[in-house]
Amino acid sequence: MDTTTFEAKHTINGPMHTSLRHDSAHKHVTGTAEYIDDIPEPAGTLHAALGMADRAHAEILSIDLTAVRAAPGVVDVITAADIPGINDVASTGQHDEPLLATDKVEFHGQPIFVVIGETREHARRAARLAKIEYRDLPHWTDIDSALANDAPLVVKPMTLKRGEPETEIEKAPLRVQGQMYIGGQEHFYLESQIAMAIPGEDEDILVWSSTQHPSEVQHMVAHVLGCANNAVEVKTRRMGGGFGGKETQGNLFACLAAVAAKKLNRAVKFRPDRDEDMAVTGKRHDFRVDYDLAFDEEGRIHAVDATFAARCGFSADLSGPVTDRALFHADSSYFYPHVHLTSKPLKTHTCSNTAFRGFGGPQGMVGGERFIEEIAYVVGKDPLDIRKLNFYGQPGSGRTLTPYHQEVEDNIILKLVEELEASSDYRARRQAIIEFNENSPVIRKGIALTPVKFGISFTMTAYNQAGALVHIYQDGSIHLNHGGTEMGQGLYTKVAQVVADTFNVDIDRVKITATTTGKVPNTSATAASSGSDLNGMAAYDAARQIKERLIDFACRQWKVEKEQVEFLANRVRVGEDEVPFDTLVRAAYYDRVQLSAAGFYKTPKIHWDRAAGKGRPFYYFAYGAACSEVSIDTLTGEYLVDRTDILHDVGKSLNPAIDIGQVEGAFVQGMGWLTTEELWWDTKGRLRTHAPSTYKIPLASDRPKIFNVKLAEWSENKEATIGRSKAVGEPPFMLGISVLEALSMAVASIADYTVCPRLDAPATPERVLMAVERLKAM
Amino acid sequence: MTSAIRFILNGEDVALDDFAPTETLLDYLRLRRRLTGSKEGCAEGDCGACTVLVGRLIGGALRYESVNACIRFVGSLHGTHVVTVEHLAGKNGELHPVQQAMVDCHGSQCGFCTPGFVMSLYGLWMTTENPTRAEIETALQGNLCRCTGYEPIVKAAEQVAMQRPSALFDPIERDRAEIMAKLWTIRSSSETIRISKGENQAIIPGTLSDLEEVLAEHPGATIVAGATDVGLWVTKQMRPINPVVFINHLTDLQTITEDETGIVIGAGVTYTQAFEVLESHYPALGRLIDRIGGQQVRNMGTIGGNIANGSPIGDTPPALIALGTELTLRSATGSRSMPLEQYFIEYGKQDRQPGEFVEKFTVPLPDEEAYYAAYKISKRRDEDISALCGTFYLKLDGEGCVETCRIAFGGMAGTPKRANHVENGLAGRPWTWNTVASVRDLFDEDYTPLTDWRATAEYRALTAKNLLTRFFLETAGQPQELSRFEPEEA
Repeated sequence: MDTTTFEAKHTINGPMHTSLRHDSAHKHVTGTAEYIDDIPEPAGTLHAALGMADRAHAEILSIDLTAVRAAPGVVDVITAADIPGINDVASTGQHDEPLLATDKVEFHGQPIFVVIGETREHARRAARLAKIEYRDLPHWTDIDSALANDAPLVVKPMTLKRGEPETEIEKAPLRVQGQMYIGGQEHFYLESQIAMAIPGEDEDILVWSSTQHPSEVQHMVAHVLGCANNAVEVKTRRMGGGFGGKETQGNLFACLAAVAAKKLNRAVKFRPDRDEDMAVTGKRHDFRVDYDLAFDEEGRIHAVDATFAARCGFSADLSGPVTDRALFHADSSYFYPHVHLTSKPLKTHTCSNTAFRGFGGPQGMVGGERFIEEIAYVVGKDPLDIRKLNFYGQPGSGRTLTPYHQEVEDNIILKLVEELEASSDYRARRQAIIEFNENSPVIRKGIALTPVKFGISFTMTAYNQAGALVHIYQDGSIHLNHGGTEMGQGLYTKVAQVVADTFNVDIDRVKITATTTGKVPNTSATAASSGSDLNGMAAYDAARQIKERLIDFACRQWKVEKEQVEFLANRVRVGEDEVPFDTLVRAAYYDRVQLSAAGFYKTPKIHWDRAAGKGRPFYYFAYGAACSEVSIDTLTGEYLVDRTDILHDVGKSLNPAIDIGQVEGAFVQGMGWLTTEELWWDTKGRLRTHAPSTYKIPLASDRPKIFNVKLAEWSENKEATIGRSKAVGEPPFMLGISVLEALSMAVASIADYTVCPRLDAPATPERVLMAVERLKAM
Repeated sequence: MTSAIRFILNGEDVALDDFAPTETLLDYLRLRRRLTGSKEGCAEGDCGACTVLVGRLIGGALRYESVNACIRFVGSLHGTHVVTVEHLAGKNGELHPVQQAMVDCHGSQCGFCTPGFVMSLYGLWMTTENPTRAEIETALQGNLCRCTGYEPIVKAAEQVAMQRPSALFDPIERDRAEIMAKLWTIRSSSETIRISKGENQAIIPGTLSDLEEVLAEHPGATIVAGATDVGLWVTKQMRPINPVVFINHLTDLQTITEDETGIVIGAGVTYTQAFEVLESHYPALGRLIDRIGGQQVRNMGTIGGNIANGSPIGDTPPALIALGTELTLRSATGSRSMPLEQYFIEYGKQDRQPGEFVEKFTVPLPDEEAYYAAYKISKRRDEDISALCGTFYLKLDGEGCVETCRIAFGGMAGTPKRANHVENGLAGRPWTWNTVASVRDLFDEDYTPLTDWRATAEYRALTAKNLLTRFFLETAGQPQELSRFEPEEA
């Protein structure tokens, strides 16, 4: 299918490549956008609350729920014994994630039972009354103690290898070994997890779920109810944020609501409190990177050997592909002539870590950028020079092969970085900062310009498929449905633009409808930045089929050739005539033309052999670069981001306004991950940063004081994606690395830039101050 | 009628006589009234998705302030006008300029936080013409957005600043006179209101002496002013509190006066109200108050409450102790005063007897020759709880030696606590770097801080010493501090 031929015709409202507001913007600002908790509840709706473990690792000796059942307003208490199907919600099929714990608990907060109450408050109050006896087992919650305890791995690790790293590391002129800790991250979607299950006749059940993956929720609900997939319909109109946290983590709430709803034959809504949501659901994986780098006096990398150990939590969940992607991005934008990378997906007694924007890629890339810093401080150069020296080359340079043996064919990183280097005035500002630092005893500044290269596609090849359903009704109004979900990223708007553009009609004519497993089946998660690439193409395919039928009909009716039929704005030229779009549609109906089509798309060219560590996991790469300047206070470690300049590649943007919003938002989220967002477990294995009072995501006053964001308007995807656009959800997240590195430079000024500060993430004020103290002591 | 509270909800007069004392405004709006525009993001006053405006009579004026509906109790609404996001758009669906600016600037993505942002921006727009970026950021301190990175929201605030549509359009301006008249009527009765629901009782005393009587009768009652702390006892800990005595409408507790003894601030004065007077005398204290909670919390919370609940990490107690503040407690049997620091006995224990309530505190007027500084250290600059909070008061004699020195810290012990060893080490000595350097380590005698999720003990101990260094640099005319905005910009 060739999508390169369509041109935007700016006479309609909302074609591709135009800045259109989010389709729900009016509803957002008036409070009328409906989230699941806002949907009118069916009569007699009951409410659920979790009973959770208060041990990190223990055998359950007995569970006494008498007081819970006797509490006011309690209708029922659901335990594992009430699950008619299989007590398991492991998305991997590994059966390592019980819906409700039975004989043992493996993290503090693990669900054991669910109270069903007349109101949410009844259920919540009663859930605290259980008496559970445990026998404690040894537990470990972090990477170091997992390694010390020889913790098992939750999935088989992956290794990427190319060249002769063992011998080349020994031979190179210079060598550095080190270690870096990279913290996890809570998603903090503003709308917590939620599901509402409404029982139907026979085995039927309808589940409203705040999920990025309705098909998986459908399969999981069927799995725990012991019914066929076709009895379960899962719907989601919008999420109040997802960021990966609703890829698999909604399963638990949807399944428990469904079990209760079927048992009691009443609608059941399950909205956990924020603290419970944060205690129970998985987060971004934290990593420890152990690295061994070989390079020369110029700073050119010869060989890299690194191990990425991750805190995965008590079950596998998505830890396999997440730790894989960390390795896929440990090269950041750099060519490693010889390389050996290994993952260590460690089991820990914590909630099961999961997808989060970037999906392990950011952790890999932070590691890769640390390698550059190490080299820069050894050879005494500006880290940007080391970056440029090691960038992947153009085809034919002999420097294009990744550690996973995919050729980088679409490399634009040098052009992008040089453009930003000039537009941000990087060199002069860096010089000025060095001079400032010489005369400033307490406040120090730093600046860093870091690149992003992010591989686009699910590394699980089968997931790279999508479906869409388009109807045109007799009045010419269009109904659009596809497998992608809306979590604020503007996917629905972009896909509607594709359909409006295909028929050349105003976008107002396209009705965007809630994602449901009943209309488009077997969908993939809206994840891996793939939403508009996959669903845009599938919707285009559906619209194109109907459009071709309309053209055929017009040729028959008006007795013209295909070339004489042209879709003008909101009308169709047929020979010499111009027919309004809706008139043509109505006439086609009377001629018994099918005005509905299912579209389908699968990403071409990709394949991946995990065992061999070879293939082409990615269809293409998205690029970007950011330059950040910070000030730190060397008495307290506090800091400010003074300025950030960003140049980001989204190919030929489907919607520049939405894409800029993604870039800005992702940058700030990435910056938050690396600065103030810190997860803290106590010795009992309790997560103590379980609410916004203790877990600090960025505020308006944390964003860069000067914030210049541009899209690389000259970029077009080399591959035939929808409108030659590129994915945008995840790649800009890693632009936040520039802030971490700028902080690092400010700290490095303490020792006159001769020592790599080895600033771990998140670089909280405390970590910054302690790094300052370390360098002072040297 | 004294068995109902009365308030206005958007355009409707409400008389409510069936509510639990712990029913939150957000639950009332969403569950009882199906006004689902306000969202629950955290149920603890930290995310702002539930932000609504509450209008109340202050002095002769009707003032609207953003508040967190999730921790505001219905029982605290007597005599107020509650404005939710549903009230903003016109009858035919035309957007309010604040809403339109958010649409035009692409200020929403997932949209869940958006109604809260709209209400905070509306509150700012109503009160501040052409706000600076610093003022916008202050107004948005209590609103979290996880999608946009805030830039388009700040731009929306700037874009709408110039627009002043006719009063007919703005739903509050349109009805302001009528609303004021109604609220005056409600306020004209000062009878005590008692609402019972099951075993639970909400008591809204009509006057200060009624409050004394109520507390004499129910010495175990929970006094609620801003509910920014007690709200969480309910939403998070589900702690039973009964009866609940609401005092936020008692104007006698909301007075601020200045006389020769100092600045006398009633226990019911909110941070927002206290800010102006305290900032004018002690700019450093103003900067500290501006970093307590978000705007919504400062609009609800009271300094009296911050003192009364005795938290070791409250920010105002150390700052006020260093200033030599005196506290006055009152009960049916009379009142008594004490230096503020004596009120904090140990962790979780204060010198407040059954039946007593905090009436007021008195801050001495500034001494032109003294230095004062208050430093708050937190992971995130705004809307965070202090890892530590260090406050310093210093007066030198004619020889440049330390005449008076009060140093108090929060976050370093089980109570807000003076650094007696450091103070004694400084007493009478020349205020020089050598003196300061020689006493830094005495902080280790004064404090044995804890390690928790906000900071390690090592960081707290080191930073406390460094804050003394900062204070010295400041008094030596070499201020070295990060500031996001220059003072003239703010």
